[in-house]
Amino acid sequence: MTHFLLLLLFAFFVSLVFAVLMRDEPREQLRTGGLLFGAFVGAALVLGWLMYPLPI
Amino acid sequence: MNGRATTAEKSRPRERGSVALLAVTGWAVPGAAHLWLGRRQKGLVFLIALPLMFVIGLLLHGRLFPFEPSQPLVALAAIADVGLGVPYLIAKAFGLGAGRVVASSYEYGNAFLIVAGLLNSLVVLDAYDIALGRK
Repeated sequence: MTHFLLLLLFAFFVSLVFAVLMRDEPREQLRTGGLLFGAFVGAALVLGWLMYPLPI
Repeated sequence: MNGRATTAEKSRPRERGSVALLAVTGWAVPGAAHLWLGRRQKGLVFLIALPLMFVIGLLLHGRLFPFEPSQPLVALAAIADVGLGVPYLIAKAFGLGAGRVVASSYEYGNAFLIVAGLLNSLVVLDAYDIALGRK
C-alpha cells in the first residue's frame, strides 16, 4: 500500500467521523466531510511540495 | 412504541448517574452512547469507523504504547490508545499492537491507533453533552 493511499484512507476516516460529529443532517454531513477530506489531502500535498527542497 | 426517540426525548437532560454510565458505555464500545441516546445514524457510523481505524492501525504494524511516565510522549500516546475502550483491551489481551519499528507503515499504524482513540474520546464528550441537554 502506498503512502499516498494510506494518507487518503486516514483523511477519509477522520473526515467521516468529524463530519458526523459536527453535523446532524446527512446532506450537511456529506458537504462537511467532503470539504474536510479535500482540505486534508490538499494541505498534505501543499506541505509535501513545500518540504520537497529541504534536505533529507 | 416504535423504538425511535423523539426530538424531545433526545434533548432531555438526564441524571448524573446515568450520564456517567452512558459515558463509560460510549468509551467501552464506540458509538454505543449515541445509539443509547437514539442517534442511530451517528452511532452506527462511529461503531463501524472507529474500530475499523483501530484494526487498520494494527494491520499497519502500529504500536499500542505502554504507560511510561519517564517518557511523556509515550505516556500521552498510551492514554490516547486507551480511548478506544474494549477493542484496545481485546488487542492488549491477545498481545497485539507490539509494533514493528522497521515496517514502512509503522508511523501510519501509530497515527491510526492514536487518532482512533482520540476520536472516540471526542465522541464520548459529544454524547455527554447531548445527554446533559447542551446540544
